[in-house]
Formats: sequence, structure tokens, C-alpha cells
Amino acid sequence: MGDHSHGSPNTSGTVATAGQGDEEKFQNPGLPPHRPRLADTNPRAEKRAERQVASLFIVSIIGTIVFFIGYFSIHLDDASIAELRLQNILLGLGTAFAMLGIGVGIVHWAKTLMPDHEITEERHEIRPEEDRVIAEKMVGDIIEETGIKRRPLIRNTLLGAMVLAPLPAIAVFRDLGPLPGDTLRHTMWEAGTRLVRDPSGTAIKAADVTVGSAFHVIPNGLKDLPEHKLEEKAKAVVLLMRLNPEDLNPSPGREDWAVDGIVAYSKICTHVGCPVALYEQQTHHLLCPCHQSTFDVTQECKVIFGPAGHALPQLPIAVDDEGYLIATSDFKEPVGPSYWERG
Amino acid sequence: MKALSQRRRHPLAAVALLLLGLLVTGGLYAVANGANQAQAATTTYTAEDVSEGEKLFVANCATCHGIEASGTENGPSLVGVGAASVDFQVGTGRMPMAMQGPQAQEKPVQFNEEQTAELAAYVSSLGAGPSVPDSEYLEPDTSDEEASANGGELFRVNCAMCHNAAAAGGALTRGKFAPSLDGVSEKHIYEAMATGPQNMPVFNDTNITPDEKQDIITFLKDIETSGSPGGAQLGSLGPVSEGLFIWTAGLGIIIAFTIWLTSRSS
Repeated sequence: MGDHSHGSPNTSGTVATAGQGDEEKFQNPGLPPHRPRLADTNPRAEKRAERQVASLFIVSIIGTIVFFIGYFSIHLDDASIAELRLQNILLGLGTAFAMLGIGVGIVHWAKTLMPDHEITEERHEIRPEEDRVIAEKMVGDIIEETGIKRRPLIRNTLLGAMVLAPLPAIAVFRDLGPLPGDTLRHTMWEAGTRLVRDPSGTAIKAADVTVGSAFHVIPNGLKDLPEHKLEEKAKAVVLLMRLNPEDLNPSPGREDWAVDGIVAYSKICTHVGCPVALYEQQTHHLLCPCHQSTFDVTQECKVIFGPAGHALPQLPIAVDDEGYLIATSDFKEPVGPSYWERG
Repeated sequence: MKALSQRRRHPLAAVALLLLGLLVTGGLYAVANGANQAQAATTTYTAEDVSEGEKLFVANCATCHGIEASGTENGPSLVGVGAASVDFQVGTGRMPMAMQGPQAQEKPVQFNEEQTAELAAYVSSLGAGPSVPDSEYLEPDTSDEEASANGGELFRVNCAMCHNAAAAGGALTRGKFAPSLDGVSEKHIYEAMATGPQNMPVFNDTNITPDEKQDIITFLKDIETSGSPGGAQLGSLGPVSEGLFIWTAGLGIIIAFTIWLTSRSS
């Protein structure tokens, strides 16, 4: 290490070796001349910089005080929403200025007042062969000193311990839950399940669904599930729409899946599972709000735009004796995004 | 009276009292309910309204909607859309349209209230449809927290996917959009739900009952007046405006700091 007047890059052995073959094309300009700062020459500027650094530190102190004012003067249990918002602002701004004041102050201090003469540190000469021999010798020494070759008992027990140690992880990860099995293929819907309104849970008469209507539907009994209510809802939610029957073009085998133009489709997007519920009643398009996948209800919810992989699954529906809409079976295909075993 | 008070400890007194109470509340409910239904049916128009409305219709609407509102290729038939539909479309200035486009947009109203009512009278005379809602459903009490909470849940299930969870509106396909609901009048919110204007689905009274519709209106008016609990809303547009802000302002600040850190002091 030395300062600028002593150091010169050209004394470095490696650079000299590299440049030996051909004429040196570029002159090394060296470091630019040292230029004193205002605070180095002008005592008043120095004083001013000192005051600036000190005031930045005072800003930090004020920030900490603001934090504690916000923390202690507003009590969580009896605060209104407006007071909570004020507390959040005070805590956030207080911490921000407490940190920033110190950081900015130190940098400003270093830039204006601390010595700024340039220092050059020369690169070590590279001695590859020697370094390699030294490293090899260190590894050899370690093996020799541990005596791992001479003590097979220690070596073998260590190997055994290291093989066994990761096994608890298998048990722990196994506890994350049973494999999904075929639960991804089935939902709560089954033959005879009534379609009920979300969130009230009241059954829907076919006559209630006028042309142009959209009903958000859950299976009857979902609200009474003792547990896993949200998981079941996430698979079973359905959008019920009524179109003019002549607008529907059911493919063979699906003719009796609709009731007088009333159709029910899974609301779970086949891309990444957002709820597809933006129904345009004139164009009969269903739009997914996440990535703009668009499904055409008149073509059995075929994908007509966007990244979704396949059509929305249709729920076959019928009307029971009392005029309420019921499902005639579960979905015929898994709802939601594709997965490895879906096929 | 004395005989009555002597029997107040009789074992059947409680039963008798309960029966009496049930009879009174049931009777009151039946009367009140009947009154409501009667009110709902009283929005009738005079024959003069209908004939005035027809004149206005022929002059202003028939170019697209056809004579007798039977529809042309430029505009749908209005038979059976009901008075509520006319009141919404004309009352918000969406009709008459300035030009054909992806969807009719809100603009200054072209007809005064009387003319709008006459147009509604004429169109509702062509076929039955949703009528202009009773004012009893249009007076939200935003201090009723239960109604507001119920309305919020209904809004999130039925409306939020298009109109945004904070009712700030959102984009649909091919230039269509769901408008912001901020500042829309109670009557027009109700009519939009009942009639499903343009690409909005219909939420008829069996899907969302009039009381539930009022709860939704209560919720909307509540969030309109109660302000944002979470600081700056940035238009309530979610990741779009928030992301834009942090990518420009946040990165800008970081870049400014980097430049300052590496710059030499004068």
C-alpha cells in the first residue's frame, strides 16, 4: 500500500508480462491530480459542512422521537381508523428519518470532511504453482491430522451418522399433509345437490333466472361444512347464466346439461385459478380479471383469448320436483388449472 | 281489569301472552307488507304521458330502436325492458348515444325529468318490465353498520369482479368497461342492478332482493363517504397504479441516492 506519488501501475509484474509481446498502444494516464474540496480550503465551508452533518443527525434524533410519540400517544384498543392511519404514518416516517438521518449524515460527513486523498493498492503477484502446492499441503495436513484414514471406526460411524441425519426431514415434510390423491378431480357437487346463492345459501328456482341474469352459486350444504369450507368453496363455485336457448351450441352428449338456456360453469379459471366472473351479457363472454383469458359461453366456454389452457368445465344441471335447480352430477373433468396427472 | 291482573300468575298466562304477541306482530307485518306491494304497483303513468313519450321516442330514439321500439340492426328492441331501463339510460345521459361504439357512455343528460318519465311511460306501455324503484329502497342509512356489512358481502360476491372491490370500475373486453360507482345516484345504482344495462348482467329481485339491493347501495354510499382507511388510494386501482407509483417514484429515489453517493463533493 502506498499513496499516489509512490504507486505506479506499471511496476506490476503481471501487467509488464502481458504487455511484453507487442508495442504498448495506450499510455497509462495514471490517476487524475488531486483536487481539494471547498471544505479543505475554506474554513467557513468546513464549518458549514460540519453543521449540515450535525443537523442530519438531529433529523435522525427527531425521527426517533416522532416514532415514540406515535407509539405511545395512540392506543390500539380505543383508536379510530383515522387515528390508526396517523399512527402508521408517524411510525413509518419516524423510523425512515431515524435511519436516513444517520445514513445520509455519515455519507455527507465522509464526502465533505474526512480526508479524500487517493490510495492505490497493488495487486498481488500471481504464483499459481506455489499457491497450489501450499493448498494441497494444507488439505493433506488436515487429512493427516484428523487421522481419518487410520481410524476406520470413526470414519464409518461418521458416514453412518451423515446418511441418517437427513431422514427426519422426510418425516417432517411428510407431515405437510397427505398427497392430494384424487381430491383435485372431485368437488362437492353430486347428483341432486341444489344450486344455492352465494353468500345467502338460498335455493334458486329455474323461473327466478331471467334471460341476461348471472347468479353466483355454491353447492347446498357448503355453509354447514364443519371444516375445509374454503377449500371446498374454492373448487365448487359456479356461475349460473341464462341465455336465449338458441344462442347455446351444445356438443353431442351435452344437450341436456342446460335448462331452458340456463347454464352453469365452474368459476375457477383454467389458467391459474382466479375466479372468472366478469360476464358480459350481450357478447356472452366471460373474462378473467387476472390475465384477461376470455371464454365464450355460446361455445361451451371455449377459450377465445388469453393464456387459459382449456375450456371452463360445465356443471350439468336439471330442475327437481319443486322447481329448484339441481346438479345432475359432479363436473365431468377436474376444475381449475392443469396439473401433471390431469392428462 | 282486576280479574285480569288476578290471573296473571295462571300457568297458561305466558302462553296466552305469547299468542297475543305473535298475532299482533304477524298482523302488523301483513299490513306493512301489503302496503309495500301496493306502493310498488302505484308507479303508473297516465295516457297523456304515454302519448307524449311516443312523440319524443319517434323524434329521438326511433332511428336506432325502430318505430314502436321493435329494434333495428343499430339498436335493440325495447319491448319489455321496462321503465327502470329507460330511466337509467336516459337519466344518466347514456341514451341517446352520441355515436355507435363499444358501449354507451355517461354524458350530460339530454332530457329533463318530465321528458324522461314520459319516455319511460311509453316504453313501459309496450311490455312489462322492471319499473322505477320505490323511494323507500333509495334512502340508505349509512350509520346502519349491519346493512352496510351485508351490502359489502353481496357487493364482493356479485359486483366487485367487474366494478372493483372499492367500486372504482374496471376494464372489460374490446373497449368495454365497468364504470366507477363513485357519485352514482341511489336510483341509478338500483336500476342498473334491476335491468342490467348494456353488458352488465341482470340482478333481478329473486337474485338480489330489493332489501339486499338497498344494502348494497348503503355499502356504496358508506365507502363513498368514509374515506380510505389505508392511506393514499391512488385511484383504488390496485397493483396497476400502486406498481406504477413504486416503480417510478421508488426507483427514482434509489437512483437519485446512488448518483448522490458516487458524486464527488465540490
